[in-house]
Amino acid sequence: MKASSPPTDEKFQIGMLLSDTRYRGTSLQVITFIIFVAVFFWLVDNTLKNLALLGKDVSFNFLFLRAGYDINQRLIPYSSDSTHGRAAVVGILNTLLVAFVGCVIATILGLFVGILRLSKNWLVAKLMSAYIEGFRNVPVLLWIVMVFALLTEFTPAPKAFKGADPQATMLFFDSVAITNRGTYFPAPIFNEGAYWVIFIFILSVFAVIFLKRYVNKLKRETGKDFPTFLVSIAILIFPSTILFFALGSPISLEYPYLKGFNFRDGIHLRNSFLALTLALALYTSAFIAEIVRAGIMAISKGQTEAASSLGLRPNKIMNLIILPQALRIIVPPLISNYLNLTKNSSLAIAVGYMDVRGTLGGITLNQTGRELESMLLLMGFYLCVSLLISSVINYYNRSFQIVVR
Amino acid sequence: MRKSLFMILSSIILIVGGQAAFSGGHSVTLDDVKARGNLLCGVSTGAPGFATVDDSGKDVGFDVDYCRALAAAIFGDPMAVKFVGLTSAVRFTALAAGEVDILARNTTWTYSRDTDLKQTFLGVNYYDGQGFMVKKDLGVNSTLELDGATVCIQVGTTTELNLADYFKENGMSYEPVPTADNAESQQQYLAGACDTYTTDASALHGTRVNLENPDDHLVLPEIISKEPLGPLVRHGDDNWADIGRWVLNALIIAEEKGITQSNIDSWKDTKDAEIHRLLGTGDDDILAMVGLPKNAMYNAIKAGGNYGEIFENNLGATSGINIERGVNASWTKGGILYSPPFR
Repeated sequence: MKASSPPTDEKFQIGMLLSDTRYRGTSLQVITFIIFVAVFFWLVDNTLKNLALLGKDVSFNFLFLRAGYDINQRLIPYSSDSTHGRAAVVGILNTLLVAFVGCVIATILGLFVGILRLSKNWLVAKLMSAYIEGFRNVPVLLWIVMVFALLTEFTPAPKAFKGADPQATMLFFDSVAITNRGTYFPAPIFNEGAYWVIFIFILSVFAVIFLKRYVNKLKRETGKDFPTFLVSIAILIFPSTILFFALGSPISLEYPYLKGFNFRDGIHLRNSFLALTLALALYTSAFIAEIVRAGIMAISKGQTEAASSLGLRPNKIMNLIILPQALRIIVPPLISNYLNLTKNSSLAIAVGYMDVRGTLGGITLNQTGRELESMLLLMGFYLCVSLLISSVINYYNRSFQIVVR
Repeated sequence: MRKSLFMILSSIILIVGGQAAFSGGHSVTLDDVKARGNLLCGVSTGAPGFATVDDSGKDVGFDVDYCRALAAAIFGDPMAVKFVGLTSAVRFTALAAGEVDILARNTTWTYSRDTDLKQTFLGVNYYDGQGFMVKKDLGVNSTLELDGATVCIQVGTTTELNLADYFKENGMSYEPVPTADNAESQQQYLAGACDTYTTDASALHGTRVNLENPDDHLVLPEIISKEPLGPLVRHGDDNWADIGRWVLNALIIAEEKGITQSNIDSWKDTKDAEIHRLLGTGDDDILAMVGLPKNAMYNAIKAGGNYGEIFENNLGATSGINIERGVNASWTKGGILYSPPFR
């Protein structure tokens, strides 16, 4: 140690910043940082100068002005009298809705397809391969347009439901209408007392979970097995049903009905939403399926053999031995697919779905002419969402990683 | 869609990273256009009658012919123009960033576009209004019967705002189906994804005649807004704006005076001094004031004819779209088309 430590009497010279390995690393970093900052400020300065030459300023005041346009799908109250800022929020919520539903469907589908692709059944395995290759190798924009075209071209117009002898009829006892403008479902109406019923139902769900845990614990300790299926069903159904009737049916259904040009009331899932969500989910599920397959195949074959020598059946092996271990490999690449799905949702305008790119980055941008501001906000939004998703899943991932003691 | 986002982003990059475009003084845009050797004209991506591509792959239309006239005025060659197809949503961004020199894309002149968007409108080349097209078997004869209808609408247009205002004023509800351009609207409308398609009435007429069975469709009689359409340029280059404005005016004056594409060479002996100034056959060279050759307007009119001829060829009887001149007739024939004097 003593031999390599620098002699203390050596004078510091400016040239040593580059020639001396002790300082070089730091000084190079400082230089890079200065260059980076300079380029950044040059870009900002140049932008402001060019904007000034065009007679434009940078201002976010437009967010507080009246928007003047309508949005078809809105999760919060919004009208043409609302502000551009609110229109942006409506768009953000629409984006998040597609991203969330899309990720859920993609995960479930991807898991099934990935596992089935490893099936010993030749036909099933080949079918799943075809599914994966088909969806993975065609640009997602084409799938979005394709699903949308299928939904609009092959479904009847609301007009077809009219008349004494209609060409089309509603499904499930006149409760669901599939039209070329979307699918209409009955909407639940919560009257007085409805929240009690929901509360009791949630309690029942917790009760079932506790029961399951207790039975499992008992099984581990005593080896005795209690069948819980029927009891669970009973706990889930009876208390809330009895309360439901005792309170005089506080939850009712509002059925969609045809009036004028369109169906009214009920829940309206627009074709734009369905097409975008389905296409994104199908496309992403193909990638997830491959990740799942890779995760499963990465688990040593010895695990399967050991499990079956213990007498476990194939589905138990998958659920208890393989999947829990495979999840550790699956989760990290899964994150990037969730991010991809969320970012791909900005293709929404292809089918006229009003996501944040359609409201803030489309109509607002165009009506106010604030390109730079809108794009900055838009990029900021996608950045935040992506970072949020990855941090949540990273947290989940850390809690499932093998802890080396 | 990808393309439109790309356009916006590339425009922003131009603003962020590009060198300052205007150094003030003389017309920078004109110099740029001359140096480049062609005019960059932003047109619609497909609006029958205004800007489409014909069977032989040639750009044709009312807006296209205006740009050809402008190119002819500058270069003496109506083909020295490159057309850039722009959707309604990206047009202003593309113009502001200098991707096109002029925007002739059936664009409505409004206060906020003139001021807040920092554009200069060169005049009105078509007085339009917003209309609605429906299928005849829908049984609707007035826009006031459209309560609850699903409406196809192009995003980023004034029609989108008029639509919201009109339905609100009349206490009616509607469901907007936003589309990127005319072609997509048309497809959605035909597929029945919307009950009615609304845009400028001229575009509706243009779209209707190109449908498979035009007689199954009806453009409703109500016009719910004023849509004065015209070419526009960026703020900041007044000389360039003057050039564009006076080429348009020259076409209008030519119709007023009876100068057509075919008889343009027979005016050499006329006693009308304005015609001599316009065609550059007189002694004064007033076009030098804006940096154009003396015979610039001669070339402009020679390119596609006067305003009336351009209208007839693209929107009127010759084109098959059969739009009446109506208010778009010259003021001498009962319309409101009126150019300031060329003097």
